Amino acid sequence: MVVMKPELAFGWIIPEIVITLSAVFILLLSAFRRKSDIGRLAGGVSLIGAGLALFFTCRLWNSDIDIYNGLYTIDNFGLFFKALVLVISLLVTLLSLRYVEREEMIKGEYYALLLFGILGMMIMVSSNHFVTIFIGLEVMSIAIYVLCGLLIGNPRSAEASLKYFLLGAFATAFLLYGIALIYGTTGILDVREIARYVTSGNFLITPAFMAGMALLIVGFGFKTASVPFHMWTPDVYEGAPTSITAYMATGVKAAAFGAFLRVFYTALYPFLTEWSGMLWIIAVLTMTLGNITALMQNDIKRMLAYSSIAHAGYILIAFAVGDRVFSASILFYLLVYTFMNIGAFAVVILLGRKEAPNTGIESYAGLATRHPMIALAMSIFLLSLAGVPPLAGFMGKFYVLSDAIKAGYYWLAIIGVLNSVVAVYYYLRVIMYMYFKEPEGEIGRMDPSPAYAVVIGISIWALIHMGIFPRSFLLIARESVNIFM
Amino acid sequence: MDMVFPLLSTIIFLPLGVALILILLPRKNPLLIKVFTLIWTILEFGLSLPLFFNFNEKTAGMQFMENLDWFPEFGIGYILGVDGISMLLVLLTTFLTVLCVLCSWNSITDKVKEYYASFLLLETAMLGALCALDLVLFYIFWELMLVPMYLLIGVWGGPRRIYAAIKFFLFTMVGSVLMLLAIMALYFHYGRDTGLYTFNLLELYKVSMPVMKQYWLFAAFALSFAIKVPMFPFHTWLPDAHTEAPTAGSVILAGVLLKMGTYGFLRFAIPLFPQAALAAAPLISILALIGIIYGAIMCIMQTDMKRLIAYSSVSHLGYVMLGIFAFNMQGLEGGIYQMLNHGISTGGLFLIVGMIYERRHTRMIADFGGLSKVMPRLAVFFMIITLSSIALPGTNGFVGEFLILLGAFRSNVSYGVLATSGVILGAVYMLWMFQRVMFGQITKEENRGLKDITKRETVILCAIVFFIFFMGLYSQAFFRKIDATAAGYLQNMQTKIASTHPAGPVPWR
Repeated sequence: MVVMKPELAFGWIIPEIVITLSAVFILLLSAFRRKSDIGRLAGGVSLIGAGLALFFTCRLWNSDIDIYNGLYTIDNFGLFFKALVLVISLLVTLLSLRYVEREEMIKGEYYALLLFGILGMMIMVSSNHFVTIFIGLEVMSIAIYVLCGLLIGNPRSAEASLKYFLLGAFATAFLLYGIALIYGTTGILDVREIARYVTSGNFLITPAFMAGMALLIVGFGFKTASVPFHMWTPDVYEGAPTSITAYMATGVKAAAFGAFLRVFYTALYPFLTEWSGMLWIIAVLTMTLGNITALMQNDIKRMLAYSSIAHAGYILIAFAVGDRVFSASILFYLLVYTFMNIGAFAVVILLGRKEAPNTGIESYAGLATRHPMIALAMSIFLLSLAGVPPLAGFMGKFYVLSDAIKAGYYWLAIIGVLNSVVAVYYYLRVIMYMYFKEPEGEIGRMDPSPAYAVVIGISIWALIHMGIFPRSFLLIARESVNIFM
Repeated sequence: MDMVFPLLSTIIFLPLGVALILILLPRKNPLLIKVFTLIWTILEFGLSLPLFFNFNEKTAGMQFMENLDWFPEFGIGYILGVDGISMLLVLLTTFLTVLCVLCSWNSITDKVKEYYASFLLLETAMLGALCALDLVLFYIFWELMLVPMYLLIGVWGGPRRIYAAIKFFLFTMVGSVLMLLAIMALYFHYGRDTGLYTFNLLELYKVSMPVMKQYWLFAAFALSFAIKVPMFPFHTWLPDAHTEAPTAGSVILAGVLLKMGTYGFLRFAIPLFPQAALAAAPLISILALIGIIYGAIMCIMQTDMKRLIAYSSVSHLGYVMLGIFAFNMQGLEGGIYQMLNHGISTGGLFLIVGMIYERRHTRMIADFGGLSKVMPRLAVFFMIITLSSIALPGTNGFVGEFLILLGAFRSNVSYGVLATSGVILGAVYMLWMFQRVMFGQITKEENRGLKDITKRETVILCAIVFFIFFMGLYSQAFFRKIDATAAGYLQNMQTKIASTHPAGPVPWR
């Protein structure tokens, strides 16, 4: 066995190193500095860290190399997701700058955990090795269990944290058990090796292997919030600090889909016919249940939670179809989804107060009269979520659905589009409150911070740009999924 | 290709640009906003006139084409062009928008800036949908029409506006998402067949596909357009949307948005899937006939003027569909002409009802009577527009309706007979409504003090009446533009059906 000197590979994992160092530095800062100015310092450090990491990640584009004996892989697919989660961390950090002050959270640990979560996501998406994927997933999850409970003194937040932890532990166990079963039947932990082995001819498909596959679907289904493994989502999204909700709805989902995609499109791709049917059903359930339940929500955070479940369903359409080239549409969708969701959560944060979160839909009544620009921004995010052209949400749906049509999955596509009509109703309902109703009561003064404006501005720009000129983004996504060829 | 002035792009995106500038204007000064919008919409109308005058009448092909790559890997292009059908609808759109701005002058006092910005955005979307020759581009504009119209109904509409706005949005959306899937299915079918993956409509016209598949895809397109037209039994959103929308919203809804449905049939559903269209012709004709007669009967029973006119749209659009699906020259030309007529005369009726409503704040027929005594000038205009709507010879309505009936008789005598009975019912409900509102004694005291129409309103109605007579007496000016397109249209359809089905039925004699 060749033992590679660890320092030789340092160049490839600079982004991970930068994020780790920034997180550790923030922890040290919070131990040694006065409490009052930590918020801004820690926020600044994590912005710089994530920015640097993003820069180095982009520099690595078009590399394809295995390091640490195949435990870690740097390829375009992983780099795409790394860049995506780093963008998410930048946006979420910007959102948090003021929010953390307002809600009087523990500042140092907040930013450190945020970065550790990102680190977990980055590890999770850049490995072809089950063990590394699992470690990444755990690093991410543990950080987020804590982050959910950081609204000290708020029972809903504590509930969210505990609930996520308990159910998450179960899901992780399922995932691990699935990995164990697959390892037990093949003796391999590297997903590419598994693919090679199962197609070589000496592999006999056993119930244990199939059970392993099913358990993997359960584990990933939990992290991507797919029905029927979604039970935790609404409560956790509602109870967690809103910035963390945005972080979970975008970052966790993106990373989980990244790992999910990598495992199923390499190791388990030979069994496409087996898992495709399962995912077909999960996709339909996820979309339908997410949308129909969202119809009945009167709390924006809860509505967005169910809507994020529904969006996982749309992504699963393309996933179930199993076209390797066109799986680029999944990546594109996740990219688009990130901006529209973070944008919407930014508006939710912007309208909230320490004492009154203002997440009830009636708080949005007459918003267009009071704050026309904020109402306009929220409308853009909601219309994009609803898939109205020319915003990027439409393009995302367009490519996902065209996958299904191309492969002849007509019913899946029809169920998908009818679902998107159902979804229009609850997104429009918020717009209706903002524009058609008169204000009820006072929501008090805005809590202005240029950081919010930056996040909202970037998101709007991204949605319009990717909606009208999706080409370059989709081509990047295509280059990323080349690893499956 | 040498650079030519991108006239269509300019026409399409000018209103959008104006809307963006409008947002920056100060809210404090509504007059500035109104004048600014009016000037630009007039300029926009002026800009669209060269389409009419420089239009080559000899060719059936697309003109003023613009073709740019947008997303070549997927075969999505930025392709624009107009033929005899869409060119006239573009003009109708720019013309009606000017009138809409004028008629909203005093009636819209709340959120003035947003109102005109929505209107301009709507204009961009409508013009884009009319000119787009790429299916994705078309779909984008098609869906984009929904949002401003939703806002127009929902923000500035009547008491049940929220219900009406959401109903409008959802009905249209259901149809159009299925059309989106059909567009994709068509794209992949053509791509697999020829190796050329493209959304270019002119290219896709060459598609040949198994009849069964045609039926499915035609059904998806037809559902989307039938909801928009709206054809019986998908019409239920229309009376609500019309009744609740502000006057200008109703005008543009009746004038242009409904035409998008019939235009969609003409531009997409029929030429792409001719065999399916031919097979579906009896079904669609019968639904159109039901629409004509049912709409007319509903009109007779209405107590609200605006609702009455809304139902009359169901009836009138039934004629258009009947004409188109007669698949002969008379029916087709009549259908196209009737699309324009309906825009002018029903638009005019909505304007008149709006003027009365502004003064009296009610639209109930029972609240009026004898208005011609206090508003003699309005009565004259109202009479002319009413007569145009019931297709009196000399007005524009006559030309279109006559041709449609001729076409219907030639394709199937019983269709013709039934459609003619609708004409009689049309005269009944319109004249009866006119009589109850305008003639007789003034029964309500409140009506005595009503003021006759102002100069601004006279200008609006004069423009409408001018086109009523111009299109009624000198229809040749318009038919010259339509002839080549319509002839080429039927020719293409015939060759396409003949090429795949040598022994297949020929739709015209």
